[in-house]
Amino acid sequence: MNQFSLNFDRENYHEKPKNDIFADAITRTQQPIVTGTSVLAFKYKDGIMLAADTLASYGSLARFTNIQRLYPVGDFTIIAASGDISDFQYVQHLLDTVMVEEYYTNDGHVLRTQNIYEYLSRVMYGRRSRFNPLWNSYVVGGYNDGEKFLGYVDLLGTTYQSSTIATGFGGYLAQPILRKAVEGREDTLTETEAIEIMNSCMKVLYYRDARSFNKFQRAKITAEGVEISGPYKAETQWDFAEGLRGYGP
Amino acid sequence: MNPVTLYNNDIFTNVPVEAPVERNFYPYADNGGTSLGIAGADFCLMASDTRKSSGYSIHSRYSPKAFKLTEKAVLATNGFAADGLALTKRLGQKLEWYKHAHDKEMSTPALAQMLANTLYYKRFFPYYTFNLLGGIDEQGRGVLYSFDPVGSMGTEVCRAGGSSAALIQPFLDNQVALKNQQGVQQTPLSLEAAIRITKDSFTSATERDIYTGDYLEIFIIRQEGTTIERIDLKKD
Amino acid sequence: MFRNQYDNDISTWSPQGRIHQIEYALEAVKQGSAAVGLRSNTHAILLALKRSSGELASYQKKLIRIDDHLGVAIAGLTSDARVLSNFMRTEAMKSKMIFDRPLPIFRIVSAIGDKAQVNTQNYGRRPYGVGLLVAGYDETGPHLYECAPSGNFFEYYAMSIGARSQSAKTYLEKYYESFAEASLDELVRHGLNALRDTLQQDKELSTLNCSIGIVGADQKFQIVEGEALQAYLSLLDTGAQEDQGQAPMETED
Repeated sequence: MNQFSLNFDRENYHEKPKNDIFADAITRTQQPIVTGTSVLAFKYKDGIMLAADTLASYGSLARFTNIQRLYPVGDFTIIAASGDISDFQYVQHLLDTVMVEEYYTNDGHVLRTQNIYEYLSRVMYGRRSRFNPLWNSYVVGGYNDGEKFLGYVDLLGTTYQSSTIATGFGGYLAQPILRKAVEGREDTLTETEAIEIMNSCMKVLYYRDARSFNKFQRAKITAEGVEISGPYKAETQWDFAEGLRGYGP
Repeated sequence: MNPVTLYNNDIFTNVPVEAPVERNFYPYADNGGTSLGIAGADFCLMASDTRKSSGYSIHSRYSPKAFKLTEKAVLATNGFAADGLALTKRLGQKLEWYKHAHDKEMSTPALAQMLANTLYYKRFFPYYTFNLLGGIDEQGRGVLYSFDPVGSMGTEVCRAGGSSAALIQPFLDNQVALKNQQGVQQTPLSLEAAIRITKDSFTSATERDIYTGDYLEIFIIRQEGTTIERIDLKKD
Repeated sequence: MFRNQYDNDISTWSPQGRIHQIEYALEAVKQGSAAVGLRSNTHAILLALKRSSGELASYQKKLIRIDDHLGVAIAGLTSDARVLSNFMRTEAMKSKMIFDRPLPIFRIVSAIGDKAQVNTQNYGRRPYGVGLLVAGYDETGPHLYECAPSGNFFEYYAMSIGARSQSAKTYLEKYYESFAEASLDELVRHGLNALRDTLQQDKELSTLNCSIGIVGADQKFQIVEGEALQAYLSLLDTGAQEDQGQAPMETED
């Protein structure tokens, strides 16, 4: 007998269909379902700045419009994700577990950004090696004892560190702008300049990436710690479209 | 997608089951880049560029793929960078255990054999890397080994690997192994000549191959120790 | 046959509230030759007295490198120490593989404590017959721990284990307050003095029977043995141990 009251119509509703020969099959992520688009990040004078919009798409449907894709891990690290949102939520949970274990060991050691990045990289590479990937591209940014860290890892376990990083469409649309604006100026760009660069890149993405959204958050990691701010809007100008044949009234 | 019916002999179990759809997760990428090794009489030169790419995107301008494994051996990996890094880390740990068990560093020929075994162990899910291992042996002679992804090993005098291998190898054959020349004098290659040939190889490869560029790292392994030199390549 | 009816196995209490088998294991540590450990603000060092079974035999290793930032000195059953040091090395490598971080000293010491404790509670097991001095350097500075077969572990300014280690402890207790600010050479000199106090009457410290392990802020764990020891041995004051004068820093070459 089922002691739970929530059996709606079938006695053994939780049992697998008897006829489905695939019922026992191991299921794996074959494709991302609910997805986030680009993440941008770069180094500037005071630390690291990241940005991501708040949209989670279901294919081409703008399904959830208020999803946070920047996530703090510990006091001086932020991870930002593009790709499958449920995989991202799993990773948030996983990292939280690690950070709690780390905290209660209570021996004065904390995981630095570099350590969190290495761990995440091992998880991503491990999952791809078991043919069960976490369908994401991650940007890991942090600031520890005066040292900036910015790294990337994706569903294949590919890793790299760079002073500017852009995932997804951002890799084509924003990365060239970021490189031109940031490379060689990592230690001189002020926060105001960094915000300016970030906003203009997010605007470009909103104009051209059909899976983007005009509501985004920025994060910075400095000596003071992590700060996620927003949501912000990019000032856009669509008037020109009125003159286009087939667009206007 | 065709709904097909399986085991439809019972009215209650006659539920159409969707035919299995095969989707592919391809677990490899090609991150480009080029490496080169030259074995001299009493030295070995190993060189790699540091660009990491995927498709038409440059991921990173400085992401090294040549690593000093022991005081007398350098490994250069090409192909899928995540596998290259995982392999390098694994070899590093194996070398630690060896050092503990035998109270000495592994010799370069032994390391080459171990690398071949390590690669072959993953014969049916290979590390997609094309490796060059260079160094000096226990007699102080320069040695160079090349590997395919599943562990086939060969000893070489000069070898280029990676995205520009086909561009550089014939040049090395001609300039280092002195192939396809008539009446050529067989004199041992000097280190200076090896460095010059290496720099020419990479500056030329950078011109023609979009996956090669940014920086060049040259390791020189000798009895006295290993030095590393970093040189700018074009970043376009 | 038995000392009493309560020491047959590890899972039996004596009416006095003791577990005799654990105490016997602690005795095994005292059978081993002495090891000394000291810590300053910049370094943690280990010193050990090596024994050989005779003129024809080599000296038994007493110091084991675990990682670049970590090493141990052992007293007791060497084979048990080998098992433990393999475990420690595995853990150190895991930490490097998973987090790219040298294993924090406290973590490995408490892991050993947990392993040792299991052997003191389950029927049919035996406690480790070895005591460890663990010296390491991590983000929180230099550390020195003692690990006992009972599963106990403590952090120390200075400590000694093994045969006649009480004499070394007496020396260390007298001088430990100066260790924090001591230079590496001073620290080694104190260590050698303490180690010398564990020797039998007619014995002297030599390049054969002694080994030193050093780890510090800018120094990977390194074992000094053989001829290289002479430089340190000549730091030893030949006269009274009370001589607190600064040891000469020059080495003999």
